[in-house]
Amino acid sequence: MVVPAPSHNGNGAATPSGFSGARRSIGSPQFSIRRMEVDQLSVSYAAREAVKSVSLPIRQGEVLAMIGPSGCGKTTLLRSLNRLTELTRTARVSGRILLDDVDIGLIEPTLLRRRVTMVFQQPNPFPMSVFDNIAYVLREQGSRRQRRKTLEPQVHSALDRAGLFEEVKDNLDHPALRLSGGQQQRLCIARALAAEPEVLLLDEPCSALDPQSTQVIEDLIVNLRDDVAVVIVTHNLQQAYRIADHVAFMYLGDLVEYGAATTVFGSPREKRTQEYVSGAFG
Amino acid sequence: MEEAHLSEEYGPRWSDQRAERLLGALVCAVVVLLLALIATVFWRAWPSFAHNGLAWFGPGGNVDDQINQIYLSGLGGPEGYVYTFHAWQLLWSTFLITGGAVLIAFFSSLFVAVFLVEFAPEPMSNVLAPVVRFLASVPSVIYGLLGVLLVVPFIGNHLVTEPQRASVAGVISLSGYSLLAAVLILALMIAPLMTSIFSDGLRSVRPGWLEGSLALGVNRWRTTWKIAVRTARPAIVAGTVLATARAIGEAVMLAMVSGSVAFAPNPADGLIFIFEPSRPLAPTIVKNIDLLGSEPANSTLFAIAAVLLFSATMFSLAGWVARRSMRKYGATA
Amino acid sequence: MGAPVATPPASPPSGGAPRKPSKGLPQSGSTWHLSDRIGLAICWALGLLFCAIAVAIVAYLFVQGIKYLRPEMLFTPATAGFSQGQTGGFSDAFFGTLIVATMGIAIALPVGVGVAVWLVEYGRPAALARVTESTIEAIAGIPSIVLALFGTVIFSSAALGFLSRTSEGVVFGRSFFGASAMLSLVALPLVVASTREGLSAIPQHVREASYAVGKTKIATARRILLPAARPQVATGAMLGLGRIIGDTAIIVVLLGATQNFAPVEGAAFPFNYLRGAGTTLTNFVYEASPTGNLNQPEKAYAAAFVLLLMVLALNAAVDIVHRRARKVGTWSS
Ligand SMILES: Nc1ncnc2c1ncn2[C@@H]1O[C@H](COP(=O)(O)OP(=O)(O)OP(=O)(O)O)[C@@H](O)[C@H]1O
Ligand SMILES: [Mg+2]
Repeated sequence: MVVPAPSHNGNGAATPSGFSGARRSIGSPQFSIRRMEVDQLSVSYAAREAVKSVSLPIRQGEVLAMIGPSGCGKTTLLRSLNRLTELTRTARVSGRILLDDVDIGLIEPTLLRRRVTMVFQQPNPFPMSVFDNIAYVLREQGSRRQRRKTLEPQVHSALDRAGLFEEVKDNLDHPALRLSGGQQQRLCIARALAAEPEVLLLDEPCSALDPQSTQVIEDLIVNLRDDVAVVIVTHNLQQAYRIADHVAFMYLGDLVEYGAATTVFGSPREKRTQEYVSGAFG
Repeated sequence: MEEAHLSEEYGPRWSDQRAERLLGALVCAVVVLLLALIATVFWRAWPSFAHNGLAWFGPGGNVDDQINQIYLSGLGGPEGYVYTFHAWQLLWSTFLITGGAVLIAFFSSLFVAVFLVEFAPEPMSNVLAPVVRFLASVPSVIYGLLGVLLVVPFIGNHLVTEPQRASVAGVISLSGYSLLAAVLILALMIAPLMTSIFSDGLRSVRPGWLEGSLALGVNRWRTTWKIAVRTARPAIVAGTVLATARAIGEAVMLAMVSGSVAFAPNPADGLIFIFEPSRPLAPTIVKNIDLLGSEPANSTLFAIAAVLLFSATMFSLAGWVARRSMRKYGATA
Repeated sequence: MGAPVATPPASPPSGGAPRKPSKGLPQSGSTWHLSDRIGLAICWALGLLFCAIAVAIVAYLFVQGIKYLRPEMLFTPATAGFSQGQTGGFSDAFFGTLIVATMGIAIALPVGVGVAVWLVEYGRPAALARVTESTIEAIAGIPSIVLALFGTVIFSSAALGFLSRTSEGVVFGRSFFGASAMLSLVALPLVVASTREGLSAIPQHVREASYAVGKTKIATARRILLPAARPQVATGAMLGLGRIIGDTAIIVVLLGATQNFAPVEGAAFPFNYLRGAGTTLTNFVYEASPTGNLNQPEKAYAAAFVLLLMVLALNAAVDIVHRRARKVGTWSS
């Protein structure tokens, strides 16, 4: 369903003084559709509760940024969105998550993960060549094994979207693990895009990147938001401010505040948000 | 108190240099022992190889008759020593039995290891893991005993048909001591060893790779085979090599079940060849161990040992090379 | 679950909005292809087969063992006789196994731990370290029948005549000393590998903390590192013990030929037995099986049962050490 685009923009009156230097690279969304709905989600590892009764929507046409101090449950929340939490034996999930109004518990996990793909905090390219890393996704999702020639255009375009193609086009057969950390992370993003997801989960994708590659990724994310619902976890508040339409601030497993980026950074409702945000911008 | 402490730690007995030298000497001694072993085996084997040349490995005559001749010649003076020996029957039998057993064990071990590490529900893997460890630790002579008393009679009484028995009546008797029994029991013996090395390899695959693949919507089965098994290839090679070396060197169990005649079963004869007896290299040494006192027989047995040693070493070397080349894409050991 | 599952929608699906067309994938049903399913079925089948074989071996040997084993067999030596009722027990084999196990591990443990300490803590010059690693790996791959033949050369040399029986200048070569020494080589690689694993799992800062208070390297290894690696050392020793008591080829060649102790006359008490020939359970099983010289299957079953109990006890001990180590929480877990 279409919700009215939140009325905020970079030059609005709400811009706080601390952010006057920061530039928002994102305009108002053209549209926004609710694709996922997190409803009263709690996740606990054995006795420790990592996510406590969190509810929020995830919309296509917008970028959602999750911020919060280390260990507050951002990764855990992200992993439960495509049921990766099920791989952790101690993890217990309660509450509901809907994808297009269907409970994801009813979707076969593999199918769910094709629609909701994830890029991890630690770059994890497979121990294969650069080409095979991306071709792997295309091959294993299909039922028939395709030849290299037929996959080439798709692989190239995925690499191109992640801003990696120019750097690796001559070395597509080199081991992916020999790439630099930043290149590896962009390869992982390319891989996730090659799967043509409907929702893309990015867990601190830029933590290993130089400013230039970060710029590439941010531009990519902004361009993607019309096709894919993007959720990004970041410790870089400037980045969240630059690219996010909505921001969720988590603290010790609680969702403290969820709202439009300009609101959360400009005039947060909660004191804890205020402290966290201003602490970062001094 | 204090002084005793000091004298013990800084005193001459355990001074660091001295300890390092002592341990270094120990290590050198182990290395020298291995070199001595290799040198001795080849030195003792030399007369047999020298007299036969490449024909040693070729066909010709019956190995058992040849060994007998060699032994008898050793009872006289050195002038009369006979060394004529053509080991083809033994080599062929070793190849068939080891190859068959490794092939069977390899595929079943791979599936069991994958099952154990990735797919078995917890109660099942809690049972399967100790089972594999137990099967790997059963002494080979027990496998041999069960083979002789259960498998061999079963093959002899139920699998071999009368026409088959009659068709080879003049040449060889089909009593159940057979290639089939040897292959099956040897496979059972080495499969647990392979399984435990394979599953160690699968367990040490970086979980991030598996999660990465699952997070892209590739199902567990394909993730396991395309990522886990692929990256664990060095461990798979290592396990296969070790198990093959064990299979080639297995003497006593095969001496018990493979039948006690030197014979080269020919696959061209049809399915019957798996029921034919055949004795590989290692059991030949055990069977003829009483002949060690005869100089030429001694040399012949050491020549067989030299071939075993050489092939075991070559397997390790080949495995090492294979593992090295796989590291290129970051596969783990 | 063939059709897409329709849960009560929270709100009607939007119309008109630019929306990425769904991929048309079914929401339930499976991404597992037929070949994937067949593969998993094979996994289950083979896993269950392994368990079934283990259970069958244990159950069968228990039944046979309880049927044929009499406690007095462990304390009566074998005698010559016409029926299985007259041939006594296998006490000499039983105690022989205990003797080779003790002596073999008594050599393998200190040497193996020494080599492992040198490899992990010293390891210089690097070339020697590489050579040592390959040596240990090579020893692990040497068939035990080859070790046995090598033993016949060493232990029948005149210089080592004092370790076995000598008559008229000819050294007999078969003795508990010789067999145990060669068996220790079978156990050595296992002890080295396991100890190394334990030592290298200890984080570097533990060593640095010890050096920082002025302890020498060797004192650190003796007082801090080896005690911390005790579970792995014990595991290695027990795996080695399992291989020693299970080995047959070395016993057949270097110890047996008889089913009784054959003490050397004129030597002091333990040495007359240790220098003499003897037998072990594995050798007894081999000889008592239908293919052996004694052919008394009932005794073979009884002895195999005792051997199996020993192996099971060792397995249980390894398990207990592991579990305790995990509970205490070593660095390696
Ligand atoms: N596999 C696990 N088992 C047990 N506890 C876990 C596990 N993974 C995470 N936790 C705990 O859950 C809490 C939330 O972890 P999570 O990784 O979601 O934090 P995060 O917000 O992503 O932190 P960071 O910003 O450092 O990545 C932490 O307290 C962590 O200790
Ligand atoms: Mg995280």
